[in-house]
Amino acid sequence: MKPRQKRLVYIVVALAAVGLAVGLVLNALKDNVSLYFTPTQVYNKEAPIDRSFRIGGLVEKGSMKREGDGLTVHFVITDLKKSLPVVYKGILPDLFKEGKGVVAQGKMEADGVMHASEVLAKHDENYMPPEAADALKKAKSVQ
Amino acid sequence: MIPELGHFSLIIALFLATTLGVLSILGAQRNSRALMGVARPLAYGMFVFVALAFGVLAHAFLSNDFSVLYVAQHSNSQLPGQYRFAAIWGGHEGSLLLWALLLSVWAASVATFSRHLPEEMVARVLGVMGLIEAGFLLFMLLTSNPFTRLLPAAADGADLNPLLQDPGLVIHPPMLYMGYVGFSVAYAFAISALLGGKLDATWARWSRPWTTVAWVFMTIGIALGSGWAYYELGWGGWWFWDPVENASFMPWLLGTALIHSLAVTEKRGAFKSWTVLLAIGAFSLSLLGTFLVRSGVLTSVHSFASDPRRGIFILGFLVVVVGASLLLFAWRAPKVGLGGKFDMLSRESLLLSNNVLLSVASASVLIGTLYPLFMDALGYGKLSVGAPYFQAVFVPLMVPMVFMMGLGPLARWKKMAAPDLASRVKWGFAGALVVALLLPFTMGKILSLESHKWSFLIALGLLMSFWIIASLVISLKQRLSGEGDFVQKLRRQSPSYYGMQLAHLGVAVFIIGVTMVKGYETERDVRMNVGDTLAAGGYEFRFNGVSQVTGPNYVSGMGSVTVHKDGRLVTELHPEKRVYNVSGMPLTEASIQPGLFRDLYVSLGEPIPESDGAWAVRIYIKPFVDWIWAGCLMMALGGVLAISDRRYRIHQKAVARAGNGTIVGNLQGQTS
Repeated sequence: MKPRQKRLVYIVVALAAVGLAVGLVLNALKDNVSLYFTPTQVYNKEAPIDRSFRIGGLVEKGSMKREGDGLTVHFVITDLKKSLPVVYKGILPDLFKEGKGVVAQGKMEADGVMHASEVLAKHDENYMPPEAADALKKAKSVQ
Repeated sequence: MIPELGHFSLIIALFLATTLGVLSILGAQRNSRALMGVARPLAYGMFVFVALAFGVLAHAFLSNDFSVLYVAQHSNSQLPGQYRFAAIWGGHEGSLLLWALLLSVWAASVATFSRHLPEEMVARVLGVMGLIEAGFLLFMLLTSNPFTRLLPAAADGADLNPLLQDPGLVIHPPMLYMGYVGFSVAYAFAISALLGGKLDATWARWSRPWTTVAWVFMTIGIALGSGWAYYELGWGGWWFWDPVENASFMPWLLGTALIHSLAVTEKRGAFKSWTVLLAIGAFSLSLLGTFLVRSGVLTSVHSFASDPRRGIFILGFLVVVVGASLLLFAWRAPKVGLGGKFDMLSRESLLLSNNVLLSVASASVLIGTLYPLFMDALGYGKLSVGAPYFQAVFVPLMVPMVFMMGLGPLARWKKMAAPDLASRVKWGFAGALVVALLLPFTMGKILSLESHKWSFLIALGLLMSFWIIASLVISLKQRLSGEGDFVQKLRRQSPSYYGMQLAHLGVAVFIIGVTMVKGYETERDVRMNVGDTLAAGGYEFRFNGVSQVTGPNYVSGMGSVTVHKDGRLVTELHPEKRVYNVSGMPLTEASIQPGLFRDLYVSLGEPIPESDGAWAVRIYIKPFVDWIWAGCLMMALGGVLAISDRRYRIHQKAVARAGNGTIVGNLQGQTS
């Protein structure tokens, strides 16, 4: 091959590789991005029905109930305006507490309850997850 | 008075760093011996004063001086001594001071171990490092002074975050920072080469050991962080694709590309511009990592609530560093030249492909990490990019990379005939393929794992690691074949050859660990009454209840779980649920019995209300999980072996004799 042809081959190969990588990235982003909503937005039916999403807020005081198996937990996430019941099966993070900030990821089911696959609280007592803080701020500004 | 002394030292260090930056670069440009001569003394001076400041902060922590705000925020008189020391880098200000200290350590080491380098090179390298140090010291003094007083002094401190009270965390940040900061040396070498317009094989040889050392530290640092997450966070995971993990992983990927690209530049004089670009990229990503972690734009265990001025300062610094270096690159790189020619199939082309793959992988991690930030900034709402994204992108990129990683060391420089290469590897590849396809059928039974299904991903993972091992054996066989004494020939191979092979073997071990954990782990979250047993993966776990234990600065509920296998006692595990006295923060302390082929992992969830001492308990069996960190350790050791190679210690005279610009490596008959 002449040097010019060779360079052409390099460029084609490089473009193909970059194209492949971009394709991979876009495809993966499409499927694996989870959007975040506040309880008020969920109440206003802005959240998707058949897709997993995230919700942030406070764990409503007195809302936490445990089923007999000791692992299934019911609680309510609130932004102090609207609230959303959540059910989660598994071990909760250390800093999960009533009245504290929390972020849950899951799907809305037909029963109007979010079935969470993941519950996150933050690693620091004084620290509010920004999603939870944001939900409270938004709800307040509506008042 | 003493804390003010620390503050004052920082100001002096800033002055020295700025002077170092300006004078020695100016000196090198004007070729003034007198100006260049100040580089070394100033670098030492900078080190002394930053170390003094660090010592002052350490003293404040160890003597419980709660009149210093930072100490009052991050320590407590109940805190055990070693954690009081580690608390120095338990927060924003102190970790910056550690950053600055380590940078000055690197600068002082360059000043010490560069006797054989040309004076102007040393001056430029130290000058660039001085400017970076000046940037960080300015940042500290303006926005994050660790010596700010708290008046009146607090009676006692707010305590260190319990998650950080762990031996792993005492060494994880210094190691990782040594890596982050160490890339500044590679960066400084690249910039000084651009400034001087002389970028040749000797330049690559000088900057190679420094880059490898930084990479070794970073590898160990990341592995320690991952190990800490595994046993301390209580979820049994070892990598979460957390933004802050990504922040350290991106420069690591580019750094890995860089050490390989430097090898080509040294051996063949090729890839020069690319190498320079990688050096700039690796350090820029280190800075970006610092920005992401310290600015508070990301939320994770590492981010400290902080004020926005800090983020803006680092962002500005980042823009200046990246922008200026890229401008310099665009301006000077054409002078540097592209270097040696090579064929479509050659060791160069394989290394180049892997370089590209590593860079693309790094870029894809960057996109996933920054995407939520951009979307939020553009007003598209908050969102998060989860671990599945990173897996979906990362794995397909790493498969061809691992394949070529096996071919690379077997291919010849410059030109390699495809049939020749194929005939060298065909049996090795076929063997790896057959074993990888068949092993998953029987492995479950051999290791008495709970699941023994055949799955594509397990077979693929095994194929990748067996392929690396096979190619390694082929390479060794090639080198040791022919006449002569076997032991003699083993001895004659260079340490850098063994280093490379050990590091590559580490990748194979790492892949086995990941494949086995992903494929065969057992996870159970269960409610257990006192006396309950659970059978999992051939083991029987018995929960004996939880009792109260008092620690130095916490109260703990300590569980007892006995594990039996075939009726025989294997071990007794003691997972804990601690509550720290000062912060009131609860912490799950998992209990692990490590093993070569599996870890038994038990952690406590929460007590079940209205029951007779029942708890939610998490039980994991993690096959081969320790291989993950063993693999990382082997990579790091490989790096250490590589830098022990004698040819990095040749003197200036030898270099001068060989002539700048020729490929010294080949003259010495090294081919690794």
